[in-house]
Amino acid sequence: MTMSKNVKHGLMLCALGLSLAIPGIAVAQDTGAHAAGLTGRAEAGKLDYRRWCVGCHGEEGNGEGNNAQWIDPKPRDFTTALFRWRSTPTGSLPTDQDLYDTITRGVVDTFMPSWRPLTPQERVDLVAYIKTFSTKWQTQKPGTPIAIPPEPPTTIESVLRGRETFDKLQCWKCHGPEGRGDGPSAVTLTDDKGLPIRPYNFHDGTRFRCGETNQDLYKIFMTGLDGTPMPSFVDNLKPEEAWDLVHFLRTLQPHVKSQSRDLWLEYVKTHKDIKPIGADSAGQ
Amino acid sequence: MKTPYLPKWADRMIAGVPALLVLLAVMLPSPKPANAIPAFARKYGLPCSACHITWPELTNFGQVFRDNGYQLMNERDSPITRDASYFPASIRITPQWHRESANNQTIDVTPGTTEDGERKGTVTQAGFDLSGMDMWFAGTLFNNISFSVLPSSDSTATFHFENAYVRFDNIRGSRWFNLKVGKYELDLPVSEKREWTLSGNGGFYYIYHFIPANDTNIFGGIGDNQTGVELTGHSANSYTRYAISAVSSLDGGVNLAYGCTAVNTNCSTPAGRTLDYYGHFEQAFNIGNGNLGYMKVGAYGYYGFAPTYWQTTGGTTQLYGLGNKPFYRAGAEWLWYTTHWNLKGVYLHGWDSLCLANVTACNLGHVIPDTTGFQSTSWNGGFLEAEYVISPQWVLLGRYELIRMAQQGVVGAPGSLSNLDAYTFASRWNPFMFSRAGLAIQAEWSYIRSTDITNQGGAFGSTCFNPAAPCHIGSNSLFLATDFAF
Repeated sequence: MTMSKNVKHGLMLCALGLSLAIPGIAVAQDTGAHAAGLTGRAEAGKLDYRRWCVGCHGEEGNGEGNNAQWIDPKPRDFTTALFRWRSTPTGSLPTDQDLYDTITRGVVDTFMPSWRPLTPQERVDLVAYIKTFSTKWQTQKPGTPIAIPPEPPTTIESVLRGRETFDKLQCWKCHGPEGRGDGPSAVTLTDDKGLPIRPYNFHDGTRFRCGETNQDLYKIFMTGLDGTPMPSFVDNLKPEEAWDLVHFLRTLQPHVKSQSRDLWLEYVKTHKDIKPIGADSAGQ
Repeated sequence: MKTPYLPKWADRMIAGVPALLVLLAVMLPSPKPANAIPAFARKYGLPCSACHITWPELTNFGQVFRDNGYQLMNERDSPITRDASYFPASIRITPQWHRESANNQTIDVTPGTTEDGERKGTVTQAGFDLSGMDMWFAGTLFNNISFSVLPSSDSTATFHFENAYVRFDNIRGSRWFNLKVGKYELDLPVSEKREWTLSGNGGFYYIYHFIPANDTNIFGGIGDNQTGVELTGHSANSYTRYAISAVSSLDGGVNLAYGCTAVNTNCSTPAGRTLDYYGHFEQAFNIGNGNLGYMKVGAYGYYGFAPTYWQTTGGTTQLYGLGNKPFYRAGAEWLWYTTHWNLKGVYLHGWDSLCLANVTACNLGHVIPDTTGFQSTSWNGGFLEAEYVISPQWVLLGRYELIRMAQQGVVGAPGSLSNLDAYTFASRWNPFMFSRAGLAIQAEWSYIRSTDITNQGGAFGSTCFNPAAPCHIGSNSLFLATDFAF
């Protein structure tokens, strides 16, 4: 039995309608978001994304907004679900709270501003919408946030142990013996997109891109920065060693007032024969 | 190069705009200068919609950016962090078509001759026109030192400095101490320089400029930019804000000169040596964690002085102003911002002392003027404004404004003298949202009904035809424009 022309046209229209609707349905699937004690709605986040985010992150969340070509570092590509600033182990998804905190805090020394002026609801709605750009959020669960033990007191012994760790783990190869981001490997580093990336410059920086507290610093090298050459050292460091490293890293920041730096400066006055860090004898 | 976000339906709409303009023609006198600066979008890579509900009106994010001294506080604010080719400059101008009409105007019974006398009638003008132009330079000179210079012209390209200042931001590392020096817009409850209505009758807030009929106060209103110093502070999200200003009693004039009035027709006249003072405080709070937006409440006040006679030549040729008499403007605000609706209410109470309210010189040395039959003047007014944000690219607006005299300057004068009511409806659509430039297609209709006001309101500003006051003038503006900035 042959179909009438009208039926054929009707079926074609239905197919056209479905073919338009299905991608829209798939993209718009709301995985929800929960942060700051609130529930985020992707549909509401979509309007906010269009106002504030699309220029850099792009309509499809792939980091190719019309302004992206002029930005360095490049905007985050949400379709890969690869995020640097997390409280979860390397290789795992961040929590909704991690994304919310990044939106709130911004990323210093980049084109990502702090979006604290948005209401908490707007920010958690944005988290919900960002999660619609990758199907990973539907197939994987976020990792379990790492436990950060209480910080022990800052002592010169802790600083010296941390210095030894900095040397032994060869952090200086990227960050440089004085933490200026000028280690011998620094110029060779690239990110997950194959673009050049520089190690953090402790000497000039006052804030980290994911925060400014000692706990934030602890998290950085215990979770790693996925998508960058900065690995996680959770398998190499015990928690107390990690805190020692935090205390030492603070001595590399002359523009940040810290007990670590005060102790270190006092120590070097009476210990002139300190072995330099790394192969370069001009180290600290 | 990637093209800006421009859906296909926008393409079709833009193609139809020229035809629309032919059908609807509007003429407009120079609209006020307005503060939207694509240079910031270029510097930071953000679309205009990040800082503006619809440019130039600010979102809270834009307010924080402004409060920080046009800085994002991301260690990339100093000009040294930018390529040397970046230049903090923008221009804005508004080609348009508008129609202005006012009733109760004095016209000839027989046009072209006064032999048959005069009568009241309606005067209407329409046609294509240009606005004035803004050339705005603003940004940072260094970390935490910001600046703004805004040469602004009327539609005949006659320029003046709308603003020019340096601001020392985050003094001693605190966002609660920022010092601005120069000429600037006062920290008003709702910024007039950033509101986006542009028509002849709807392009400003009447309460910010109102002076009653026959009042000789030459203060142009708190909506005029002033010259002085301003101390401001704000919380991290600008939900708590304060501003205190001390400005010269010059209504923003330069060369130590005051404005022009029926008494002082020499506009380069030196003024008195007094200072005016302004203060504003506001507090915002989220409604339900922000799922219902946020609300702001605040209060403000301006206390100032204006001279009533001058030092030399019998007081008719001025050297500097004397006999300064006080006036004040004070009020409160209530604002509610949600995703789609923005509601604003501003109230103002104004008072001019007796010597300003009437053409009477006071304190003329040994001469004691006769003020019988005169008194100070006061009024109450305000506006209610509702915006509907269809999308970041399309906003609708409706506004109602009223002023009611509480006390006339002349005892026994009609109580309604100088009252006014004004209505404005507008639509503003941006065909693209971009970080390089801006274009808005705007349609607006506004109407004002005033009573015997000859110094504000109405497109023509002429005396109302009716020898026996009060006399009502109804004036409306129809306006269609392409407002662009780069």
